[in-house]
Amino acid sequence: MTRRVLLGILSLALLAALSWAALSLPAKPTGLTEASLAQLPESGVTNPVTAVLLNYRGYDTLLEVGVLLLAIVGVWSLRRGERPANDLHDRPLLLSLLRVVLPVLMLAAGYLLWIGAFAPGGAFQGGALLGGALVLAMLGGRGRRVLNHERLLRTGLVLGALVFAAVCAVTMLLTGGLLQYPPGSGGTWIMVIESAALISIGLTLGLLYLGGRPTGETGNVPSQNPSHNA
Amino acid sequence: MPDADHRIYLLAGAALFAIGFYSLLVQAHLLRRIMALNVMGSGVFLFYIALAAQTPGPIPDPVPHAMVLTGILVSVCATGLALALADRVQASTGRVELEEDEDAADPSDATPVASDERKEKPSA
Repeated sequence: MTRRVLLGILSLALLAALSWAALSLPAKPTGLTEASLAQLPESGVTNPVTAVLLNYRGYDTLLEVGVLLLAIVGVWSLRRGERPANDLHDRPLLLSLLRVVLPVLMLAAGYLLWIGAFAPGGAFQGGALLGGALVLAMLGGRGRRVLNHERLLRTGLVLGALVFAAVCAVTMLLTGGLLQYPPGSGGTWIMVIESAALISIGLTLGLLYLGGRPTGETGNVPSQNPSHNA
Repeated sequence: MPDADHRIYLLAGAALFAIGFYSLLVQAHLLRRIMALNVMGSGVFLFYIALAAQTPGPIPDPVPHAMVLTGILVSVCATGLALALADRVQASTGRVELEEDEDAADPSDATPVASDERKEKPSA
């Protein structure tokens, strides 16, 4: 009990410190809007957020794609995924919904990827939609054949990181700077990275839902119901 | 001081962070701790977006927006990995709490020898 009270006081102190810090911020912070907009014509895209993500601070996104890959590799090495249910006939509503929703979600993911160059959107938003589509498909017992092709899944998962790294290498050879695109061609490079990232992000998010490796041997994976559980 | 329109969002972000921080320390169940981390993350995101909205100019500052976008995706993936780890803890110990938490919460019947034995077993 005393521990909870002490921790409560500590949290309240943290809240007070954070609030004080928030309230003592300047009313009109300078920010980086102007700097971002000034360079926008040279970035290859007209959406400033995409320009920040894949041009000004491209290495952030490169590392993020690496973090995503690490997360799914970690999950796959820890657990074996639970296979999607096979009771298709119990879910007529879900199945008829899937028939309409899945193609629309795929199309919307592609649209978001494309529009990301000019307006809010991009590989992350499209990838989230794709991941959601994958989760829905698995809930409906679809996509089992794809889940059995582990090599295909692995390729899809690393595609974003590989293409991103390849673009880094090529642009370095061309311009001498990391992710410094040759003048005038930024938009093309960004679209190449984003297309690959869309697939990897969507697959990563969808496969995280499975909570483990979809196929393969159970060799190193502990049993889900330990017998020594007293 | 930020103007009244943005103050509420900044303070709400700080409050979410503090609530998550409290739960992270108080809750022993790993699932609750993972949720607490997510609440803390949401507080940070709200704070950043509120900061971005304050900057002068025709649009919100795109740099915090890009950072939050990156952060959301990283937090989803970290949550997935944390859930898999928590499940692994349950598979090896039969409990969804870490060893030291129980000892700290209930020092009277702390039996370090017994808990060590429990830890060794799964490797057999």
